[in-house]
Amino acid sequence: MIELSDVHKSFGKVEVLKGITASVAKSEVVCIIGPSGSGKSTILRCINGLESYDRGEISVEGARVDNNDRSIVAIRTQVSMVFQRFNLFPHRTALENVIEGPLYVKKEPREQAIARGRALLAQVGLADKAEVHPPKLSGGQQQRVAIARALAMQPKAILFDEPTSALDPELVGEVLSVMRKLADDGMTMVVVTHEMGFARDVADRVLFIDGGVIVEQGAAKSVLNQPQHPRTQDFLRRVLHPL
Amino acid sequence: MQKFFHDAVEFVPILLQGVWLTIVVTVGSLLLSTVLGLVWALMRVSGIRILVWLSAALINVIRGIPIIVLLFYIYFVMPDFGIALSALQAAIIGLGIAYSAYQAENFRAGIEAIDKGQIEAAQTIGMGWWLTMRRVVLPQAVRIILPPYGNIMIMMLKDSSQASTITVAELALQGKLIASSTFKNTSVFTLVALMYLTMSIPLILLVRHFENKANRK
Repeated sequence: MIELSDVHKSFGKVEVLKGITASVAKSEVVCIIGPSGSGKSTILRCINGLESYDRGEISVEGARVDNNDRSIVAIRTQVSMVFQRFNLFPHRTALENVIEGPLYVKKEPREQAIARGRALLAQVGLADKAEVHPPKLSGGQQQRVAIARALAMQPKAILFDEPTSALDPELVGEVLSVMRKLADDGMTMVVVTHEMGFARDVADRVLFIDGGVIVEQGAAKSVLNQPQHPRTQDFLRRVLHPL
Repeated sequence: MQKFFHDAVEFVPILLQGVWLTIVVTVGSLLLSTVLGLVWALMRVSGIRILVWLSAALINVIRGIPIIVLLFYIYFVMPDFGIALSALQAAIIGLGIAYSAYQAENFRAGIEAIDKGQIEAAQTIGMGWWLTMRRVVLPQAVRIILPPYGNIMIMMLKDSSQASTITVAELALQGKLIASSTFKNTSVFTLVALMYLTMSIPLILLVRHFENKANRK
């Protein structure tokens, strides 16, 4: 349902994506791994139009992604995003964060949006935090609210941009388990992550990106357990055995 | 001292008429400058080149002209173009326009201080520019904007005395008129100063309240 074909993107003179071709099928979980600065996040940001791309084509369910066109709004309501730094609205409660999109973008009736918002907060284990403002929540709780906010748009896919990288280590698990449940329920997910355990257990496919190109891709277990390319091998060795 | 109180009893009622006009001019131009300032600021952050340019140019032109000249222009020159305004209207419009430049810069600073991640989060749930401003950016920017806004209010209160130059009989002009007809300069201008101070103090306290609130966040 998400197609990228020969996508190029430069920031000034630096070309960060040098021809990315990939696709994500419905209900598929794809993890993108690779060193920092390799262009992983940029791919996600191009898919839902937070960044424009210079060449190639990205489409979501056949609709071309073009962030200068009004159609981008429709695409964004179908492809939600979860950020590394949560980006919750600090002036609104957890519940208000979740219902903001349904209420003001999708114009759902208030009662209905609130009922579904509460159900979503319960789904991510935060039923009792509905009236709490984000700054009073832990990082893990904030990220789970952010996931509920993304789900509230009833998206066809969710993009996760390093969702656990800003969390204290003991809070990573609660977020990953919510994501695992989503994957089990058949949500289409593209996850930029450094959590190799999650990638191995949950992802259907893994893309290893370095220097703006896909160096290696394939079934999660085969890429992570028997990487073929020396750069993948080197990266995984450094991530899994840093000492 | 006794003489002062005697003068006070005599002059305060006349000066209070001036106080009323001072308040009208201040509140009127405050409202106008807030609306215009917000428009300039939104143009400035709109990302649309022509609007950005236009707003920057407007702000610089307005900032570069003394308030008194702006008032003269509106009151004495506009009638030549068929726009005749009362002194009070001209004062409110002149001060409103003059201060819109400072309001705009304050609003812009507040808007630009909001984390880009907030805007991106709004975009990813499908919000357009205006909805993002209204629901996400402006409510957060208000906290940052309020303390300087309070200071602008105090400056406006005092600068409303410039309306006296185009014959608005606000507090300063009322004082000057009484002083020049009674020669009781000391009593009159002391009273005038005290009245401005009395009006400023609630505003000063308000600014302090805003600052405390912003710092707590």
